[in-house]
Amino acid sequence: MDLFFTMLVPLTIASIALYAAGRGVDVYSALVQGAGSGLETLVKIIPALVGLMTAVYMLRASGALELLAGALAPALDRLGLPSELLPLMLVRPISGSAALGVGAELISTYGPDSDLGRTAAVMLGSTETTFYTIAVYFGAVGITKTRYAVPAALCADLTGFLAAAWAVRICFGSGI
Amino acid sequence: MTVIWTGMVVISILCGLATGRGPEVAAAAVEGTSAAVQLALSIAGMLCLWTGVMEVMRRSGLADKLSQMLGPVLRRLFPQAARDAETMDSISANVSANLLGLGSAATPLGLEAARRLARRSPGVASDSLCMLVVCNTASIQLIPTTVASVRAAQGCAAPFDILPAVWLASSLSVGVGILACIIFSKIWRD
Repeated sequence: MDLFFTMLVPLTIASIALYAAGRGVDVYSALVQGAGSGLETLVKIIPALVGLMTAVYMLRASGALELLAGALAPALDRLGLPSELLPLMLVRPISGSAALGVGAELISTYGPDSDLGRTAAVMLGSTETTFYTIAVYFGAVGITKTRYAVPAALCADLTGFLAAAWAVRICFGSGI
Repeated sequence: MTVIWTGMVVISILCGLATGRGPEVAAAAVEGTSAAVQLALSIAGMLCLWTGVMEVMRRSGLADKLSQMLGPVLRRLFPQAARDAETMDSISANVSANLLGLGSAATPLGLEAARRLARRSPGVASDSLCMLVVCNTASIQLIPTTVASVRAAQGCAAPFDILPAVWLASSLSVGVGILACIIFSKIWRD
């Protein structure tokens, strides 16, 4: 099973390449062109990443996050969420690049194969930048009455966080 | 964002001074900038490879196939839009681009769908529009490439071993989002 999920990605790439080649797509030039657009995206997020990671690093060094996490720890414990991941859960709905920065920090501090590192990764992979998305969509089409969109989206986010901790426990049989 | 960012910086300085960690806060400000650039560089390779693979997928027509397969499911989620073929097309294209992790393709498609849905009720979010937005705020990406790149950059041997957990958490989160939309649409009073 482990081998399956490890091989899933290279196998996916190979099948996509074979399928596309079979349909007469110039696979290599499509790959290179697509990779170029990936680099463009990356370059676009670097400025935001610099700004936000600076603020996150400062916040962490100041001890403010520990104070907040300490205050919220009992409630988080009851929900089965490790309080170390609180900063990630706080920034996730607001900024994608900040969440990526905080998540990368957590993954490197606790190790990518630790329970906390995995939970942080699953949280990043199973939630989105809720408030940013809502602002873009409703802003673009001129909606001022958003009705229940925000509460419904937050229900989904909270479920995503709880489910991330739970899914890591199930899939990796650990006890955070 | 301005309020949040400025707030974070001000709170750090105040809190750092109060706890006697002023010098650490100052050092962290410098450290954070280079950490951000290092992070960007360390994930660049895998991110580029994936956007490349996704482009191959798009050109080979796989993305269109996926969006056709999604049609019947989506018509149930968007009953008010089901009769309008063009709106449904952009919704399916948006959802399939999200599944494939084609973020930059998903947003314009989603906005096109949103524009069409909003024409019927200008200024007010209809049930279908709320559903579309909630589906876009929940992550349904099948292969979370960015986070896998981060794990790989930290020396993880099997960066994709979290896939089953991600799928489990994503489906629960999307499921609850959709359920919340359906319930709220019945009980919400403006």
